[in-house]
Amino acid sequence: MFDWRWDFTWEILPRLFEATLNTMIAAGAGYAIAVVLGLVLALAQRTPWRVLTFVVREVVEFIRSTPLVLQIFFVFFVGPQFGIRLDPWTSGMIAIGLHYSAYLSEVYRGGIESVAKGQWEACASLSMSTRDTYFRIIIPQALPPSLAGMGNYLVGIFKDTPMLSVIGVAELMHTANAIGSENYRFLEPYTLVGVIFLAISLPAAGLIRVFEGWVRKKLGMQ
Amino acid sequence: MMDDLTQYPLTLEGADAPMVSFRNVTKRYGSLTVLEGLDLDVAEGEMIAIIGPSGSGKTTVLRMLMLERIQEGVIYVDGKPITHQAKNGKLVPASDRYLRRAREPIGMCFQHFNLFPHMTALQNCMEGPVQVLGMSRRDARERAEDLLEMVGMIDKKDQHPSRLSGGQQQRVAIARALAMRPKVMLFDEVTSALDPEVIGEVTNVIKKLVTEHNLTMLMVTHQMGFARDISDRVCFFYGGRIEEQGKPAELFDNPQRERTQQFLSAVKSAD
Ligand SMILES: Nc1ncnc2c1ncn2[C@@H]1O[C@H](COP(=O)(O)OP(=O)(O)O)[C@@H](O)[C@H]1O
Ligand SMILES: [Mg+2]
Repeated sequence: MFDWRWDFTWEILPRLFEATLNTMIAAGAGYAIAVVLGLVLALAQRTPWRVLTFVVREVVEFIRSTPLVLQIFFVFFVGPQFGIRLDPWTSGMIAIGLHYSAYLSEVYRGGIESVAKGQWEACASLSMSTRDTYFRIIIPQALPPSLAGMGNYLVGIFKDTPMLSVIGVAELMHTANAIGSENYRFLEPYTLVGVIFLAISLPAAGLIRVFEGWVRKKLGMQ
Repeated sequence: MMDDLTQYPLTLEGADAPMVSFRNVTKRYGSLTVLEGLDLDVAEGEMIAIIGPSGSGKTTVLRMLMLERIQEGVIYVDGKPITHQAKNGKLVPASDRYLRRAREPIGMCFQHFNLFPHMTALQNCMEGPVQVLGMSRRDARERAEDLLEMVGMIDKKDQHPSRLSGGQQQRVAIARALAMRPKVMLFDEVTSALDPEVIGEVTNVIKKLVTEHNLTMLMVTHQMGFARDISDRVCFFYGGRIEEQGKPAELFDNPQRERTQQFLSAVKSAD
């Protein structure tokens, strides 16, 4: 009943590894966008400008309460109507980066709020600028408590990359589909995709915890 | 009622001008008035001890020199307003930028030290001079090391705060504040969070500052003995006002107001 074909498995493995690389690049690039943009969104919500704070808050809420796949479609298919024509890769990165930046902004917000109030007072007592206060004092301390959440979303973004297959990004899922329909065999490619995702996601959580400990030690905060 | 700003001078001049001057200062949080119409002059080099029951506004007095905006009145430091700035010959509320500049000559130490935990003792003391005053790292390091030596913490200069005791952290915090070369130092219950046996190491540093430096100081404290020893004047706060003030010997031995008498006898019986 279970006719697993090893020769076919070995044959398609190189193609799937290449797609894995693409998937990791997609996840990495999307994550890089999310890490930076998320910080911008988090800081924008802490400015004294009420209108900006309100608008950013609403945008974050909106992104968080609509499905990622819709956002991917929006950037790729609706973008051109506004003269923004992007290839699948770029659209995918932007959509996934935008989506996760909303979640990361919440992680940062929590991290920043966890920094003791006295730290702000100490900065004020040294007449430090707002910029120095954030970048030299507050954010370094907000980082360790944010790392667990950041790590979860790194794994999350990785697991969400198959959604990019809907607009034709040649990541792992897309490649498995292609192999399947070319050969009329789906068991091996899909199983391998599952194994690859598992093999990458499982150790990630542990590595993130190790990294968190390393950062804390590096910053002298036990 | 709007505060008429024309009643306040643009600057305080003259040889006898106070280093710190509160003029009719009112501070509110929402509808809660925490300080009302406070007038207080502190001469250059003077050490003022601020005492009073919890919630009487002692911390707020210091915070207004450091962090807060006020609703009425003007505060001057070193002759210049710090809450307002002169524009076309008139005082207007200060911009954020002006506020920060104007408060540069003021240093503060806190009850819970508030050292930067991700920096060593030395880095804590260099941060302000390098980032705010624009000093070279070399000069800042030299200054920081001198100050850590002065507070007896040079041996621990490469330790992070988490490796230091409360008394040690507070001494580093004093060095950090002094590294900015302030003209005015504020101490807010700097010994309240310390174990009794290490209070002395911090009060000794403050004593040293009083005898060896011409700093102007405002010190909120619950240690009546210490206040009596080292202050030039004691202000007793009650309900957001100065209920009574005077030389330490006068105020402690012969308080005139009933509330002062009650407070002092309550403190004494608690000891
Ligand atoms: N940020 C704030 N918001 C609202 N009320 C405050 C704030 N800070 C202080 N207060 C109030 O102001 C009063 C005086 O506080 P404080 O100056 O800290 O007193 P003390 O230092 O003498 O104990 C208290 O009633 C306190 O609750
Ligand atoms: Mg207080």
